Amino acid sequence: MCVTCGCSDDANPTFTHLAAHTAAAALTHSHVLADGQVITHSHPQETRQQTHEHHHPSSHAALETAPPPRHPERKQSLQSTALEINVLAKNDLIAAQNRGWFEGCNVLALNLVSSPGAGKTTLLTRTISDLQDRLQFSVIEGDQATAHDAERIRATGCGVVQVNTGTGCHLEAAMIQRGIHSLNPAANSVLMIENVGNLVCPALFDLGERAKVAILSVTEGDDKPIKYPHMFRASSLMLLNKVDLLPYVNFDVDRCIAYARQVNPDIEVFLVSATSGEGLDHWYGWLLETVAAP
Amino acid sequence: MHELAITQTIIDTVAQQANGVPVRRVVLEIGQLAAILPDSIQFCFDVCAQDTPLEGAILEIIEIPGRGRCRHCGHEMSLEIPYGICDRCDSLAIDIIAGQDLVIKTMETALCV
Repeated sequence: MCVTCGCSDDANPTFTHLAAHTAAAALTHSHVLADGQVITHSHPQETRQQTHEHHHPSSHAALETAPPPRHPERKQSLQSTALEINVLAKNDLIAAQNRGWFEGCNVLALNLVSSPGAGKTTLLTRTISDLQDRLQFSVIEGDQATAHDAERIRATGCGVVQVNTGTGCHLEAAMIQRGIHSLNPAANSVLMIENVGNLVCPALFDLGERAKVAILSVTEGDDKPIKYPHMFRASSLMLLNKVDLLPYVNFDVDRCIAYARQVNPDIEVFLVSATSGEGLDHWYGWLLETVAAP
Repeated sequence: MHELAITQTIIDTVAQQANGVPVRRVVLEIGQLAAILPDSIQFCFDVCAQDTPLEGAILEIIEIPGRGRCRHCGHEMSLEIPYGICDRCDSLAIDIIAGQDLVIKTMETALCV
């Protein structure tokens, strides 16, 4: 091990860079390696004032065998430890536990995702009212604040837990785990998880659901699927809601579906209106079929 | 938005591994298709690191380019967005094979000699 900075000679990738930079330029900067990788880093206060040199190898493969960096100005010895920790693994582990619980109890868990105002809660209350003779539902409601949505769900008579994420912009698997404990969904039932209205962050956080269902309304842009590709790629089904308003808005249904299939060729699409009831039979058919096919 | 929560997880994870020893440098790999902005992580890092063993540490971010493989013909291609068209058979069915991960690679801690 190098005694100057503690890096290992053979195992741990280490970096050195050649460019001499001054305090003004050294806060945060990027280096592009020959193989397209971009390295971005900043320097803490004590080194910002100094000009120093290090060198980046030309490819990622070269990093594995890169020589230890030289930091002549640094007096303190450092020890480098390889971690290789997947940052989202903690959430994924809890999600896997949730999934196991759902499978054990034969509970169909669906993660409903959309932007704010697409009609998730209206669709949910309508679905629960129309199907409550055939399916048993419970709901976990995610919002930054208020229990308004949970109150609307409770009015249908089904079990509901409201999760307020505060400053958080998405639900995480641990919140669902707590929700399950408090709701205790019945065996052979359906658990609807209404995520926080947001087409970005909820795509990253697996909750343990069987499928994500994206709800897009025709009062939004028809190019949302390619503007928010992560979400539509992660979803198994897209419900195009508020189709009763199509005569009044500038929304190209075919183009929207083409965009969705461009991002996710396997996505299923149904045109629905939670207010008029149009097209809901297709959604109910999908739901009953998915419940029956574990 | 989610970068703040993710940075907090990174700080917590590294602090736990460091076991109270001051951390001088953290190396992170972020896939370019991971929907995580390196600039935001960099911005949140200094704020989240305050009053932890990571305060003042250097955060080095390596961006891993996205790669996809055609489900029909097996052709591999680089991807800058999380979908694409196979340039050999025009299929839209592209599986992402690299560039979606967020991994803490290494940390450097102060060493008493």
